[in-house]
Amino acid sequence: MSLEEFDHHTPIPGTTIFNGEMAMKGYALNKMCYSFNAAEARAEYLQDPAAYYAKFELTDTQIQACENKNVLELIAAGGNIYYLAKFAGIFMLSVQDVGAQQTGMTTEEFKEKLLRAGD
Amino acid sequence: MAKILGGITTSHIPAVGNAIANGLQEDPYWKPFFDAYPPIHEWLAKVKPDVVINIYNDHGLGFFLDQMPTFAIGAAHEYKNEDEGWGLKPLPPFPGDAKMSWHIIEGMVKQEFDITSCQELAVDHGFTVPMQLFWPGLGDNPDMPRAIPISANTVQHPIPTLKRALDFGKALRKSIESYPDDVKVVVLGTGGLSHQLDGERAGFINKEFDLMCMEKIVSDPEALTKISRHELVRQAGAQGTEFLMWMMMRGALGDNVKLLNQNYHIPISNTGAGTMLLECV
Repeated sequence: MSLEEFDHHTPIPGTTIFNGEMAMKGYALNKMCYSFNAAEARAEYLQDPAAYYAKFELTDTQIQACENKNVLELIAAGGNIYYLAKFAGIFMLSVQDVGAQQTGMTTEEFKEKLLRAGD
Repeated sequence: MAKILGGITTSHIPAVGNAIANGLQEDPYWKPFFDAYPPIHEWLAKVKPDVVINIYNDHGLGFFLDQMPTFAIGAAHEYKNEDEGWGLKPLPPFPGDAKMSWHIIEGMVKQEFDITSCQELAVDHGFTVPMQLFWPGLGDNPDMPRAIPISANTVQHPIPTLKRALDFGKALRKSIESYPDDVKVVVLGTGGLSHQLDGERAGFINKEFDLMCMEKIVSDPEALTKISRHELVRQAGAQGTEFLMWMMMRGALGDNVKLLNQNYHIPISNTGAGTMLLECV
């Protein structure tokens, strides 16, 4: 096995490897997002977001990223995209909306980029 | 004795479930994708499997980061889906085969794969979308086989290596083939192909890499084990690591397979969607 196999730090541009370090950093945020699988939890969040953040003991940075609904900030705060998708679901954002926000495009431009990938 | 008839791969994108729910199979966006499935339906109607081993990756329904199994095998009498955060409706429960599950679990651990057994397991779109694609109507479809879910971790690194995934499949084959009952088995490898949902690289799709994987997985899956996990992320995208499910499936099919059908289409949602039907020879 090559040593490269163990090198988790060779950067891949625009990509965060969600490893143990990120999983620890984002635990509270991801745990809150995991709770959003349940419709009752989503309703409870919408009724009082601040109380919901407190319940899961989010950090100030994580709370600010949630309030900003900013996916890149949420990832930097340790969010994992599979759990963040449930947060995005509360606001009816599609994966194209999420992709567009992260790449600084409109959703239509992002969809066009995806279509071009088949050329 | 149990016999493995073949394997089928498919993407398991949530949007596909919505498209099925809304009857969009003939819609111009969806038709190039759904056209891949009738030949597979014909094959399934012909061979009539009793059991489907559905290899998928949970996306944060059945498992959370508190306890994250690298490989988990369902050992329940039935499996249910649940809402995944965007209002998914419950589907009819999927009948399992707990007796065969435990035989497989015994076989895997005997071969030193120390898996996690699950007597309860909520199954997400990774499991349900392929079931909907291959057995339209689900519970109303008299041909829908009993299902055994196997989930591998691609949520959190370290994820398994491609070699480990292929070896898992090889051990799975031995576990299945040693089952004394006369059951016919198909193995699903679901997920992929290239896609990335997160980061500034969101929307990344790599057609060239996907097509190479689809070629090699038929005739030379061992060559794919040379790809490091980091390189897999680079080439297939952060969520393209779901290709590990395809490797697990391929290992279960034995050395030689016959490619009966394949399709590749970009994009379905954010993904390069690959479908393959491989028959054991």
